[in-house]
Amino acid sequence: MTFTEIFALSLGAILTENFIFVKFLGICPFLGVSKKTDTALGMGLAVIFVMTISSAVTYLLDTLVLVRFDIVYMRTIVYILVIAALVQFVEMVLMKLMPALYQALGIYLPLITTNCAVLGAALLNVDKAAENPSFNFLGAVTFGMTGGIGFTLAIVLFASIREKFELADYPKAFEGFPIALVTASLLSIAFMGFQGLKVF
Amino acid sequence: MQEILIPVITLGGLGLFFGTLLAVSSKIFHVERDERIDEIVSCLPGANCGGCGYAGCSNLAAEIVAGNAPVSACPVGGKDSAEKIAAIMGTESGEVIRLVAHVNCRGGEQAKRKYNYEGIHDCLAASKVAGGPLECAYGCLGLGTCERACKYDAMHVENGVAVVHADNCVACRQCVEACPRHLISVVSEKQDVFVSCSSHSRGAELRRICNIGCIGCTLCTKACPTGAITVNDNLASIDYDNCINCGKCADVCPRKLIVNASESRFAVAE
Repeated sequence: MTFTEIFALSLGAILTENFIFVKFLGICPFLGVSKKTDTALGMGLAVIFVMTISSAVTYLLDTLVLVRFDIVYMRTIVYILVIAALVQFVEMVLMKLMPALYQALGIYLPLITTNCAVLGAALLNVDKAAENPSFNFLGAVTFGMTGGIGFTLAIVLFASIREKFELADYPKAFEGFPIALVTASLLSIAFMGFQGLKVF
Repeated sequence: MQEILIPVITLGGLGLFFGTLLAVSSKIFHVERDERIDEIVSCLPGANCGGCGYAGCSNLAAEIVAGNAPVSACPVGGKDSAEKIAAIMGTESGEVIRLVAHVNCRGGEQAKRKYNYEGIHDCLAASKVAGGPLECAYGCLGLGTCERACKYDAMHVENGVAVVHADNCVACRQCVEACPRHLISVVSEKQDVFVSCSSHSRGAELRRICNIGCIGCTLCTKACPTGAITVNDNLASIDYDNCINCGKCADVCPRKLIVNASESRFAVAE
């Protein structure tokens, strides 16, 4: 893949095809872990981490095993198996070798084992590969990582707005999730503005 | 037959591979974890309020096991949890004095206002607008930031001033952190006498802006048998280590702002 293609892919994953605001994937952690900016950032970093490695591993598995044996219809279940096992494995490795990183990501890692954004990134890689013959391993890793960055951007933006709610004076009926959903939809509309970037 | 066998074998193989990988790596990457940490966590309230100064209950438990925190470090759990944790750690809990929060202001409606504040319903926001709506630069703004910070329903704004309901208070210090005017202190439950004013304004100025604040007359200093009260910078303060809770200062205070909580615990001025 050329540099331009990688750049377009990254920009798309972060802005025009943002996992949360445009594709509506990963809404559960987006609403659940967005009450404070620092926990949202921790969640975002964990998603970047898991999405990157799961994209890499599922891409390899797809080309080396599923396509070779002609069982691509098993993709979803194989991906879930792989991602779940991988996250468990990474968690153990981190706990042993990098306790500091484990402290930062640890509590969020099990939460995103079966997150649909992570599975979505792996499955979308397949679509990307079908559309673009030059799509390769590097593209898959880039898409996973930048998709995670897009997720982090969305959740941190949302959390910083939710923090402001504590000082806002809005009707009692809107307290909690209603106002959060209204805000999420407004943010989503704002991200529609990036559709114009699809010139690449 | 082929189209069934291949996916079954492939998927079974993958499952076996990942299962073995996880089983082996759980042995290789096994981390020793002190069982006492989990036991202590189950004795703690689990509110993760941060009142102990650590980042949550499990963090405190780890510090207790490491010996960096005393077994009675949790102000919320108090005596019960301290004794249970002491049993796990095999030490004595010692005497655990229950702490409660106290608001060092009784101004409220007694304090004069500079202007009518109609902005964001929050003390910090209000204190940023021309030094706050009160003439007194030290007094309670009564917008309930502490009330919202309290998870235990122990803090309420009554007659324009925050009041602690001591029965519910667990001394988690959330209100202490939340108050932009730093009016709330956490003191021993056994302490009965408080100077309920934080103003350093001079007597004449204070009389103008508040009907109840400390004017620094030093009558309480003279009445105190143990010399526990001093007036610094126009404000009386009690040294709780020397105070014997005799209540003589409360009797002589001309402004009735030294409250004797044993009579009417944290009562608000009429």
